[in-house]
Amino acid sequence: MACSALFILDLKGRVILSRDYRGDVPLKLAERFITKLNELEESGKPSPVLYDEGVSYIYIQYSNLYLMAVARNNINAAAILLFLHKLREVFTHYFQELEEESLRDNFVIAYELLDEVMDFGYPQFTEAKILSEFIKTDAHKMEVQARPPMAVTNAVSWRSEGIKYKKNEVFLDVVESVNLLVNSNGTVVRSEVVGALKMRTFLSGMPECKLGLNDKVLFEAQGRAGKSKAVDLEDMKFHQCVRLARFDNDRTISFIPPDGAFDLMTYRLSQNVRPLIWVECLVEKHSRSRTEYLVKARSQFKERSSATNVEILLPLPPDAITPTVRTSQGAATYAPEKEALIWKIKNFPGGREFLLRCKFGLPSVEAEDETQGRMPPIRVSFEIPYFTVSGIQVRYLKVIEKSGYQALPWVRYITTGGEYEIRMG
Amino acid sequence: MSDSKYFATTKKGEIHEFKEDLRSLDKSKKKDAVKKVIAAMTVGKDVSMLFPDVVNCMQTDDLELKKLVYLYLINYAKTQPDLAIMGVNTFVKDSQDPNPLIRALAVRTMGCIRVDKITEYLCDPLQRCLKDDDPYVRKTAAVCVAKLYDINPELVEDRGFLDILKDLLADSNPMVVANAVASLAEIQEVSGKDVFQITSQSLFKLLRALNECTEWGQVFILDSLATYQPRDAKDAESIVERVSPRLQHANCAVVLSAVKVIMKQLDLIEDQTLVKTMHKKMAPPLVTLLSAESEIQYVALRNINLIVQKQPQILSHEVKVFFCKYNDPIYVKMEKLEIMIKLASERNIDQVLLEFKEYATEVDVDFVRKAVRAIGRCAVSLERAAERCINVLLELIQTKVNYVVQEAIIVIKDIFRRYPNRYESIIATLCENLDTLDEPEAKASMIWIIGEYAERIDNADELLEQFLEAFPEESSLVQLQLVTATVKLFLKKPTERPQQMIQLVLTYATQETDNPDLRDRAYVYWRLLSTDPEAAKAVVLAEKPVIADNSNSLEPSLLNTLLNNLSTLASVYHKPPEAFVSRTRLAVQRVDELQPTAFEEDVVSISNSDGNAGAAPSGKAESSAPAPDLLGDLLDLGGPAPAAAPAPAPAQTSNGNAGAAGGISDLLGGLGDLDMAGGVAAAPQPARYADPFAAPAPAAAPAPAAAPAVAPLPVLLPADKGKGLTISGQVGRQNGHIVYQLSFHNGSGTPLDGFMIQFNKNSFGLSPAAQNIDVPPLAPGAGGSAVVPLLQNPAMLSPVAANAGLQIAIRNNQQGVFYFNDVLPLTALLTEDGRIESSAFVSSWKTIPDANEANKALPVNLTNVEAVKAKLAAVNIFLMAHKQVPTTNEEVIYLTGRANTVGAPTQLLLELRFSKGTPGIKVFTKSNRPDLAPMLFDALPALLAL
Repeated sequence: MACSALFILDLKGRVILSRDYRGDVPLKLAERFITKLNELEESGKPSPVLYDEGVSYIYIQYSNLYLMAVARNNINAAAILLFLHKLREVFTHYFQELEEESLRDNFVIAYELLDEVMDFGYPQFTEAKILSEFIKTDAHKMEVQARPPMAVTNAVSWRSEGIKYKKNEVFLDVVESVNLLVNSNGTVVRSEVVGALKMRTFLSGMPECKLGLNDKVLFEAQGRAGKSKAVDLEDMKFHQCVRLARFDNDRTISFIPPDGAFDLMTYRLSQNVRPLIWVECLVEKHSRSRTEYLVKARSQFKERSSATNVEILLPLPPDAITPTVRTSQGAATYAPEKEALIWKIKNFPGGREFLLRCKFGLPSVEAEDETQGRMPPIRVSFEIPYFTVSGIQVRYLKVIEKSGYQALPWVRYITTGGEYEIRMG
Repeated sequence: MSDSKYFATTKKGEIHEFKEDLRSLDKSKKKDAVKKVIAAMTVGKDVSMLFPDVVNCMQTDDLELKKLVYLYLINYAKTQPDLAIMGVNTFVKDSQDPNPLIRALAVRTMGCIRVDKITEYLCDPLQRCLKDDDPYVRKTAAVCVAKLYDINPELVEDRGFLDILKDLLADSNPMVVANAVASLAEIQEVSGKDVFQITSQSLFKLLRALNECTEWGQVFILDSLATYQPRDAKDAESIVERVSPRLQHANCAVVLSAVKVIMKQLDLIEDQTLVKTMHKKMAPPLVTLLSAESEIQYVALRNINLIVQKQPQILSHEVKVFFCKYNDPIYVKMEKLEIMIKLASERNIDQVLLEFKEYATEVDVDFVRKAVRAIGRCAVSLERAAERCINVLLELIQTKVNYVVQEAIIVIKDIFRRYPNRYESIIATLCENLDTLDEPEAKASMIWIIGEYAERIDNADELLEQFLEAFPEESSLVQLQLVTATVKLFLKKPTERPQQMIQLVLTYATQETDNPDLRDRAYVYWRLLSTDPEAAKAVVLAEKPVIADNSNSLEPSLLNTLLNNLSTLASVYHKPPEAFVSRTRLAVQRVDELQPTAFEEDVVSISNSDGNAGAAPSGKAESSAPAPDLLGDLLDLGGPAPAAAPAPAPAQTSNGNAGAAGGISDLLGGLGDLDMAGGVAAAPQPARYADPFAAPAPAAAPAPAAAPAVAPLPVLLPADKGKGLTISGQVGRQNGHIVYQLSFHNGSGTPLDGFMIQFNKNSFGLSPAAQNIDVPPLAPGAGGSAVVPLLQNPAMLSPVAANAGLQIAIRNNQQGVFYFNDVLPLTALLTEDGRIESSAFVSSWKTIPDANEANKALPVNLTNVEAVKAKLAAVNIFLMAHKQVPTTNEEVIYLTGRANTVGAPTQLLLELRFSKGTPGIKVFTKSNRPDLAPMLFDALPALLAL
């Protein structure tokens, strides 16, 4: 069943825009929502789905806004939450920034969009690119009357026909992000690689694409296991353009891509990876008021690779006084607003180790309400170009279009630090 | 150019200015004016008075302007139904426009205008658009059928739209198919009729469309596939095979809906290797859901919680993915913790414990507490890991953090209960922390431990004495526990000091306290101790049943219901849909405009059949509500409850249970429900274990003979919803009192006892005089009946307009709580002293304002008037006069009755008009409570017919 209405509210609960789809809820509900939310916030238990007096409120927060759907029946909560996120994407596509001002500035368009993305509370169409073909902002309004593009109802709902480029190109970025959780005793609790194949296509017409990866399951099926290096991708998720039934059948990744940028595929590996950058922090408490950090950062990948833009966030106690830092490489600055020391290393070659020493004072009198909480974890972000943890490789990307043009694929690989947490002792 | 300028207010003369501009011939001025009007509407100003002027702008080639006018119409047509007709011509014309965008727009908008008169005109355009060449128009029209059904179901059926909609399931365009599915599924659910039965043919079509439609369309199709009952294992296998590729979809909602379909089909598949393969295949997508946005993670985690309860092996190796990240929102962390407990096993317990220990040092107090409880729950459920868990708890106690220590003591009490006489060595450590305890639950737990192990604690008397000093100020939880612990101490060490203590405690508890629980328990102990200390020993120190950690796990039938509703709100709340779905059909009226007079509206009943979302049979009891705060304040049914009409029972089902589920479970929670919300085994509720007397002892005396059996009582809870128990009953009058006649039949396999009853707030403040139902324990196959006296209590009065709905909860010791609805017959409220003087009748009829008058024609033929009068008198409706209207064939009967409404009784005045030989009868009624009229009209036909 479907949702009753959509609201866009500011953080105080004032309605900026709303659309009533079913006429079974009063518009005053927004106030109730905020009251309920505040109540729950005080008791520390707000969740993204609230219930109050027969009405369910499903919402997300974005910058200074709430995007909220209300329902009186048992709707698909996951779908509505995702829809709200898509709606946010549509709005940001249209207005660049989604905020109160931009909505007010464009309320006519916003209403038009709300009319098109949902009907009677059922999500309908949320492809921003295609929507902008027939719902236009004032700036480039067409003289001719708009018609619904084929794509809205087509099996290929993400691409319009008649796209033309002089030079047909495809850019494919393989981005792997490493999530790591290290316990305070130094053991790796959990490591995971989340990869994404990010595509930018500049292709004419309706191109048929086929992507070949060194997928272990495929290689085994073809009896080529062991001959070349293959990777075991745990959970592959595809953009809606990929024919899932076909993939399920013979692991072929075939699709007609949307125009422009999109994530073709994401995947996950939870094999144990050696932490690429290892950080150890030794805390020496010389006295009640004087503490010293001795931090070692070690790169544990091959020497020919190099990590760039390494940023190590070292949490300090909130009441730390005048930290002084020395580093063997890079620069470290104290960021009191983050209660942390930020150690930046522009270039961090493989197999190296750098040191940081930080001295700081603490008030000699312990605060009254001793914050019992633990220190937040050390966090590391980095990029290692031309390298993937998984060893995934794009073997080919074939583009076939009936006009017969040749398209050039450009492939890049990069590994980044994701949720990379090392707990402090 | 920015639109925000339209929000600039011109204050006073604004409306006038708008009006002028709307009438302007200058197109751009006109358009600007409409924009200003919409802007004003957006900020909540009432601009409905501009209706005719705005509608005049409707006929335009400017698409943007047209859309704005349509938007205005959707918002205000309700307030100006007569003027809304002005738009019809343009709509009809637009629905034939060469541009499909405009055709679709017209149909879509017309469907949103909930004005009866408009809908009549909608039919022809809709018919055309359902067969339009353009799929964009067809997909819009498909949804429009559901809109029309919401306003006027008969029209949809008469015009054959349902059949056209069914034809659209075979449409060449996948989006049209998807919307037709959504539309049919909704109609099925709302009507309760079997309009959308997936057959093997339509199944094939749906599966094909699944591959091609948008992500949202896929969700619609998968959600309705989840209701499909396969013919056999083969059928199920082929569905699983066709649906499983959806697990690879990037859209989490598609994935979750696919999981729902697969989980359901797997139940029927016999091929165990296939089942295993599918389990394996579902795990990675479920894990990946945890990489989504936090809000979606939350929904996913609530769902995984259900999946893990049913099929723990799916994720048994994945406990690590549920480890909390530092920046996870607290609602995600809490859910992860819950799943970690469920997946904890002897294989992974070390890692899990290490995590819990980390969490126990975090900042968020609630999270820390939950982590500590989690350790206790693991100890209770994993015997071989219990010692390790205890060691971690002891380490945590060493941190001396106040709330950590208290929480640890609470769970250690549970561990002692689970493993008696095994870990007492740690009591000494616990006793070091007595001073830090300031929360009742922790105190009560510690006291329980001291009492239970009094013989092994040398200074148990001293310790208890410390607590006793503050006895009068303690909360009742602690007081009860202190009484019991002192008695235990005395029984174990009958020395002088305990003897003094017990004197002191029992004296206080019996003489100084207002708390009946405490007083009664103290009396029981006192009597027991004074008559037979050995018996007291046998009772108080009896061996206690072993506890298990079943907190936060759901009862199997509820679990299955929820699994059929994966991804929906039900799966988030862990409540069956009936518990919170409040949508009754409102037809044309908006909720906020619903007046108490709404009874004149024909409210079309909806029933909660097993519709689209696989809604389950209602009335599932749920003793351990996992999210009490979500649904906590449901009891307050205030606000515009849409069941104001003399609605047939089903309409109340949907809105009523919302109250029942939250409210009554709370009420019964105090009766010894093992409600472990948010934590481990129940608080040291003596009712559960320490004190056998707190258990509601079923009265031995047989129920007093029920009123002479007239007709069998209507069934309130059929056996299939009551786990075998059938409850029938009716509210009636006995000897001038309102009573609830109940009869039970135990069709379950186990003996049932300890029946209790509770009402939700209702229009007449009715509530049972006592919670215990006087019915003997029911052996399997046996039946019993009882008469429960009802009282009228202003505190139980729900503030909405009177309706006959009653929401009732009945529990027994074995099956938990059942919720169901009943309808209160008005006659139960009519008092014996309702007769008044005829002069009083006449003057009342004159003084009560005409607005309070209601009338209705009833299809009843009065033949034997005298017999009817007697029948009416028997239910306390008294005859005032019976007249022949001069010069006509018409006769008039004046009647009166007094309804015992809370506050002041209501005198009901009635006039019946009828003609001999002409069928039908006309009823007029007046009273100070016009909202009672519908109930009266409901009651009359049965009374007048012979």
